[in-house]
Parts: sequence; C-alpha cells; structure tokens
Amino acid sequence: MAEEKKLLKVTIDNITVEVEPGTSILQAARKIGGDVAPPAMCYYSKLKGTGGKCRTCLVEVAAGSTADPRPMPKLVASCRTNVMDGMVVKNITSEKVIDARNGVVEMLLINHPLDCPICDQAGECHLQDLSYENGRPGTRYEFARRTFEKHDLGPYIQLHMTRCILCYRCVFTADQLTNKRVHGVLDRGDHSEIATYIHQSLDNDFIGNIIDVCPVGALTDKTFRFKNRVWFLKPVDAHRDCNHPGCKGKVTLWYRGDEVFRVTARKDQWGEVEDWICNECRFEKKKTSDWTIEGPTKVSRHSVISQGHYVGVQRPQEVLYDVLDGRKPKLLMDIHSVSEVNRPDIDLSKIEGPAHSTDFKND
Amino acid sequence: MARKLLLEKANVPGIRGYEVYRREGGYASVEKALKNMTPDQVTDEVKKSGLRGRGGAGFPTGMKWSFLAKPEGVPRYLVCNADESEPGTFKDRYLMEFLPHLLIEGLIVSSYALGSKATYIYIRGEYAWIPDILEQAIAEARAAGFLGKNILGTGFDCEIYVHRGAGAYICGEETALLESLEGKRGNPRIKPPFPAVRGAWDCPTVVNNVETLAAVVPIMNIGGEEYAKIGVGKSTGTKLISACGNINKPGVYEIDMTISVEEFIYSDEYCGGIANGKRLKACIPGGSSVPILPANLLLKTVKGEKRMMNYESLSDGGFPKGSMMGSGGFIVLDEDQCVVKHTLTLARFYRHESCGQCSPCREGTGWMEKILKNIDTGKGKKSDIDLLWDIQRKIEGNTICPLGDAAAWPVAAAIRHFRDEFEWHVDNPQECLVRNYGLAHYADPLEIATPA
Repeated sequence: MAEEKKLLKVTIDNITVEVEPGTSILQAARKIGGDVAPPAMCYYSKLKGTGGKCRTCLVEVAAGSTADPRPMPKLVASCRTNVMDGMVVKNITSEKVIDARNGVVEMLLINHPLDCPICDQAGECHLQDLSYENGRPGTRYEFARRTFEKHDLGPYIQLHMTRCILCYRCVFTADQLTNKRVHGVLDRGDHSEIATYIHQSLDNDFIGNIIDVCPVGALTDKTFRFKNRVWFLKPVDAHRDCNHPGCKGKVTLWYRGDEVFRVTARKDQWGEVEDWICNECRFEKKKTSDWTIEGPTKVSRHSVISQGHYVGVQRPQEVLYDVLDGRKPKLLMDIHSVSEVNRPDIDLSKIEGPAHSTDFKND
Repeated sequence: MARKLLLEKANVPGIRGYEVYRREGGYASVEKALKNMTPDQVTDEVKKSGLRGRGGAGFPTGMKWSFLAKPEGVPRYLVCNADESEPGTFKDRYLMEFLPHLLIEGLIVSSYALGSKATYIYIRGEYAWIPDILEQAIAEARAAGFLGKNILGTGFDCEIYVHRGAGAYICGEETALLESLEGKRGNPRIKPPFPAVRGAWDCPTVVNNVETLAAVVPIMNIGGEEYAKIGVGKSTGTKLISACGNINKPGVYEIDMTISVEEFIYSDEYCGGIANGKRLKACIPGGSSVPILPANLLLKTVKGEKRMMNYESLSDGGFPKGSMMGSGGFIVLDEDQCVVKHTLTLARFYRHESCGQCSPCREGTGWMEKILKNIDTGKGKKSDIDLLWDIQRKIEGNTICPLGDAAAWPVAAAIRHFRDEFEWHVDNPQECLVRNYGLAHYADPLEIATPA
C-alpha cells in the first residue's frame, strides 16, 4: 500500500490550501483560482523546464515555512518555487509584488510593436490580458522599437519576431514534442531572437503546437492569417480518429457561419493546451465533414474572447472576499491614509452598512 | 611592506615553468594534504582560515565546500571560474599568466578536499593565449606525478581540463558557466537547486574563483589559523587588487586588507597617486558592477572613520553611503572624467552582455543605455533622471541572476551621488558636449552628523 502523502499547508493571500509536496506556489495558487493565481507568460505546466524567465509571476514570501518562518529577501518566481509547509505567500495583497509586476509588464511592452489591430493573436493574447490587468495607461519609452530581419519558417507557421517576448516555450515544445529541434534562440540580450540559424522550414508533425503555446502573436497559423478576428469566431469542440500516434484528435474548431476558419488544440482555463495535436489535424482538416462535433466550447478564460456572447461562459471564481478575510470588499483603500476626520481605531471595512459621519465622531 | 602570499614568487625568473616553481617550494601543499590529511581536514583548514570567495560575492569558501552534497555513486565536480570578465578586473589573468602552477596546485588540493576526479577550468574566450600556458602547466604537473591516476601513490585520481568560453560576461555567473561547460547556451539556471546539489551534468559541483583556489595553497602551507591572523575581522588573508584608471601605477597588487583606501591610492608602494597631478573625483572599488563612490565618501565612511581596504569597511554605510569589495577591480576616476559618460559606458556593457532570458534585464538594460546616451549627448530631460532611477529599481532584485543587479547598481549609485552632474548635463546641453562638470564638490569634507 502506498504511504499516505503528507499534504503541505500554504497560505496565499489569506487563503489556505493543502497541496502535495513538490507543488509550485503558482500551481497552489491556481488551485485557489481567480485573481490569486499569478499571471504566467513563460511557464507552461505541460512543458518541463519552462518558467522563471518572464518574471510576471513574482510573489512575496512573507514566511518561508513553519520550521523557518523567515521571509524570503527577494520576490520569488512562483512558477519555479516549491511550497513548504506553513508558507505564507502574498500575491495581490503585496504592494511590492504589484509594483514589480507593473515594472515587468512595462519592460515587456517597451519593445512590443503594439500592432494588436492587425495581429491575429489579438483577443486571445496573454500579453494583452496581462497589460490590461497590470500595465500602466501610457508608455514612458520614447525610442524606436526593436525590429528584426524576417525569417521564413515554412508553409504553416508565421514568425513575427518583433512581437516575441522570448518566453522560450516554443523551444521547449520543439525539444519535448519533436525528435529534432531546428529553431532556437540566437544572439543574446535585447537583440536575441527566435530563428533557425540556417533558413529552413519547421516541418515536424507536431511543430504546429508552438503556435498554441506562444503567449503572443509571434508564432501564428499561416492558414488562418488575416482571415478573421478570433472574437467573431465560434469555438466548437470536436474530435476525429487521427492515425497519428501521439495525437488524440481532440480539437477546437473555430467557426464563422458554417465555415471552419481554424483548428486549434483545446485549452484549459489557464490558456494551456489540454492535448497536443498533430499538424494534419491542425492544418489539413478544415471541413465539418472531417470532424465529429461535440458541442460548443466552454469559454472560461477571462480574456477578450469571453466578452462574446457564448453559451455557458464560465466566470472565474470570485476570491476577493476570501482575500479580505471574509470582509466585504467595499473599501480597498485605507481611509486613514487620506482622511483625518476619523477615529484611528476604526477599520471601515469592518462596519456594517455604509459609513456615516457617526462612524467618525470623536466623542 | 605588506605580507605577500600569492605573488611572493611572481618575480622569480622562470617561475612559470615546473622546475623553478618546484624548486621554490611549489606543490608542497599537495604532498601535505594528500599524504597526511583527510579531505574533511582540508575543508576544516579552509573553514578555519575564514577565506572568502574572491570572485565578487565574498561568500565563505569553507562553508560553500561543506554544502556540497555527497551522494554515493555520483561524481562530484570542481569548476574553476576563470571567466574574469568584469570591467576593471584582471587579477586572475595575472595569476594564471605568471603563476599557472599556483592555480594548478590549488586545484589539486581543492579537488582532493571535494572528491572531484574531473576538474575544469572555464576560461573566458578573450584570454586566448592563457589556455596554452595552463595546459603546459597541467602537462608538466602530470609528468611530475601530481595529476592523473594514483597521485603520489595515495590512490587519488584527478584530471584537470581547460575549457574555453566563447566570450560572454554572463558565463561568469556560476550556473550559466555550468550550462556553457555542458555545451549549451550560457543562460543562468533558476536557483534552487544550487550547484552544490545539482551542478554540472546534474551532479554536485563547486564553482570557485581562480584567486580563491590559489589562496588554498598558502592556507595549506601556513595553516588555516595562521592565515586567519592576516587581515582584519572577517576579511582574512590577502586580496589581489587590480588597480586601473587615472593612477600613476596601474597593476595588480596584493594587499593584506589592513591598509586604508587613501594609502592604497596615494602611497608609492601601490597606486602612486593620481596621474598628472590631478585630483581624485570618484572611484569604483570593486569592479564595474559595484556602486561608484565620490572622493569624500571613498576616503572616509559616513561615521567619519577612515575607509579601509576590506570587505566590511568598503560596504560600511550600505548602498546609500558605501560600496563593495567585489572582485577587486579598483577603478579610479580623476577630476577630468565625466560620470555620465562613464555610467553610459557601463550601461552599454551590461546591455550587450545581458543574456536576454528574463525580461527586466533584457529590456531594462537597453532602455537605460538609450536614456543615458540622450543625457550624455545633451538631449536629456530632467524627468529622464527619475525615470532611470525607476527603471533600475525595477530591475534590481527581480531577475534570475545577479547580472540585473550588477546593471542596476552602477546607475543607481551614479544618480545617488552625482545627481547634480546629471542635472548639469540636462541644463547645459551645449556646454556638456565640450567640457566636463569637473570635480565640483565631490571631494569636499563630509558633514558628519553629530548625535543629537
């Protein structure tokens, strides 16, 4: 009989969960869900070795563990830091984290072309979501943005290096899904780029998955390019008997009217692929007759795409009450810092009903 | 005359060859350690010596060695970090070039202490001629029976390999160095796991600086306790300082960490004063990535004490009022130097050397360089200075490896101490192109805050 695993208790933003040893802070936070889960641009749970690079998932560890309750001196990348028993983590309740994340988003955007109006990824772009949630309204960058020479990656995949945030996901995908990786990161620093060193096309049977793992519009589907905006399309779950070993043939078809515009792998609520699909399913099978339709996809990501009127949209769980210790989230601002007409001992979020002048009366 | 442990024999003719080195008492520590001591005793001796890593961080070497995981059946590795790429630091080059056998000797003793049968010297690509010197020394040591199988009949096997880097500053970071050694792209790894647990080829590994490993030789020869008596406090032993910049006698000096910064700059034994009779304006005491200090803060700490050349005194006052010992690259700036231009040079370096793996460093270093370039060429704005400060604040501490910090600190310190020089550049866009700000008040005596 297997020995019962001891579960570790970890508190993230005042919410305690129990997780198995070896779980990362990010995975524990995703278990809670909602706003508590830090954003992740480079981490991909299905790819080994990813994470730690984009720094958007930085969190503050206020207490290392029960055994050693000292806080960690620096913010840590939650995707690559494992939880310890009794760990106390602050994500959205830490001003340091909000500030650092704001900085990271700004850094990611300074050389991003912001060509969303003509980018095929717009609407399902993680960088868009991230900058809506954590970015600042304007840029402080006054210089020409970085550009690259164009690289042709073959008939299926379009590379826009200017949009790339160098998450390395596509490199890991090619390493772990295909038998030979022909593209990689060339050069270093802010001039590093994703490319094949000698121009050649990516033609492995599973290489299409790098389109799905790309968090931005750097790698897009050439067969879908400029055809439609994703929010006009209707996602439908479908499957077919794929002969390719390793491909289960479970996909999402994106319809407009009765025309299939593109085929992608199914994605979960964190935007991660559920099952990898082969190139044949993705690029060749674009007729309804190729597929067995299962029904409308349940859209659960809180991105632009879920703003469309889809059937059965799943909203992310609301965790703000828990984060605020059961109090109502009516005042996120501390009144004491802006007003002097108050009793110093009163916490506005603790009084019942709206605050009146009597609440602030000194006598 | 200060006591010399490393460079004592540096001027003996022919010391680069095995014959002369051996005649001068070389390889005695190998005989002592391998024949009479257990590996743990060697580690204890290093612990007692209080030797601190000479690569920049100053972490106690003995402690680092004792952290090394020792699982059964898994090889352990010692890697010598000779990727000395910090601008202003050239002490390791001097050691390897003139005393290659000292490093080899230190490596054999350290390999014995750590149980490393394959030891690597990772040397930066730009030191193109030094691998030949080292390989010559290794061949001579092997011929004399100090390397290879069954060294001195003790049953200990050790080989030393020289691995050339391709010329990247980032490969001086220990995990990037290991990646590069394994033949991959030199990107720093995410820690933990630390190399002491999973290093080269996923085996426990210790990475030490050249000078640290060379210092093991005198520790073995004179004993750890005796070594700890040299120096002051936790700064034990001797340290090589590579002095450069506007001084009369640039070069590598061995100091015993009991002299003051003022003595080091002005005495004839060391730097010999500022060149051409100019006045001292600023100095970076520990290699390009540590904070720059103006003359007044360099010579005296904020408490009004004399600043000494050791780990504690140089970092006295923390980052706001102090600096760091770092790797010992002592860069002196005289009154004719422009701090803005100097900061731009460093920012350009870090931008070029950032590995591009994590976003704050990849994007932030380039951004800082562009802003500094604007200020330097008279196109800057006042708000740019605050923006610079904000950018460096958002890089520092938020990156995978210390390169982000190393890029942020010089900019932060330059703004902190020389803000009026930056503002002068913004206010006088024409004048700043033809003349420098000069010494200004940077050498004025400090106002010592008296306790109320």
